Amino acid sequence: MDDERLKRARQFIEAIPHAQALEMRFEALGEGTAELSMPWRAELVGDPRSGVIHGGAVSALMDTCCGAAVMSHPEAPAGTATLDLRIDYMRAATPRQRLTAKAEVYHITRTVAFLRASAHDEDVSRPVATATGAFTIERPKGGAQ
Amino acid sequence: MSRPKPEPVQVVKQRRDAALNALVSGVPYIRFLGITFDRRGDELTAVLNYDDKLIGNPMLPALHGGVTAAFLEVAAIIELGWAALWEDVEAGRIDLSAPEPFLPRLPKTIDFTVDYLRSGLPRDAYARARVNRSGRRYASVHVEAWQDNRARLFAQATGHFLMPDQD
Repeated sequence: MDDERLKRARQFIEAIPHAQALEMRFEALGEGTAELSMPWRAELVGDPRSGVIHGGAVSALMDTCCGAAVMSHPEAPAGTATLDLRIDYMRAATPRQRLTAKAEVYHITRTVAFLRASAHDEDVSRPVATATGAFTIERPKGGAQ
Repeated sequence: MSRPKPEPVQVVKQRRDAALNALVSGVPYIRFLGITFDRRGDELTAVLNYDDKLIGNPMLPALHGGVTAAFLEVAAIIELGWAALWEDVEAGRIDLSAPEPFLPRLPKTIDFTVDYLRSGLPRDAYARARVNRSGRRYASVHVEAWQDNRARLFAQATGHFLMPDQD
């Protein structure tokens, strides 16, 4: 396992201001896979009647998780950005439960990474949302093509 | 034959702004992201007021892709909720001065697809949503977002929504 590469990806994500604002936490990082979680907070609620977190906050978690998965890939991109992200909302996330997202690079080319992700609350068997995305691969300047 | 005297402009504006405020201010996440709405008649423009916590790439720097997605989704939901509310507001069927705050039900997102066209700059962003189809149960909405030039979009999105039950 390339510890340096994993350390770099972890630092990259932890330096993201919006990931900090949502109090995101690393659960796992593999080679082209990542798992991130985020606590429920009153200020993230989208439906005040039920206390259910806003879909946008779920999107932010999934997008960050996808970015982390790209950065953890053995191809070691220097950076990445979202090209396209589609989210399907399967059900409302249970209020006051932690949300966890898992993302996987299922295909990568020289220029694009294709991802699948899902998010769940404490009920792991029923996803809250699933996502598919395309992310850019930024190559290090002057690096091997 | 004479038509009824039009309402004073301030009365009309106050009623519309109160309805918009009821729609927006009840949602904590909208405040968390710093999103506000400009209104001209029934046309809404969502404004993402810049803050450092919205950054996703500190090197560039650029807005977080998740923030962009969330901003567009908020713009779409509020536009839909607003369009559904408009006729009742205009007809004066909603009492916005009642002591019990009026909380309209908002549509639920079924799916949302965001197309990132260029990186979001560290400054305010704007979005306008267009309801392409709104049935009794389902709606389809398109949203466009820009920063400096209206014609140079930095993101656009399409989503499907489940309309709240009419009660």
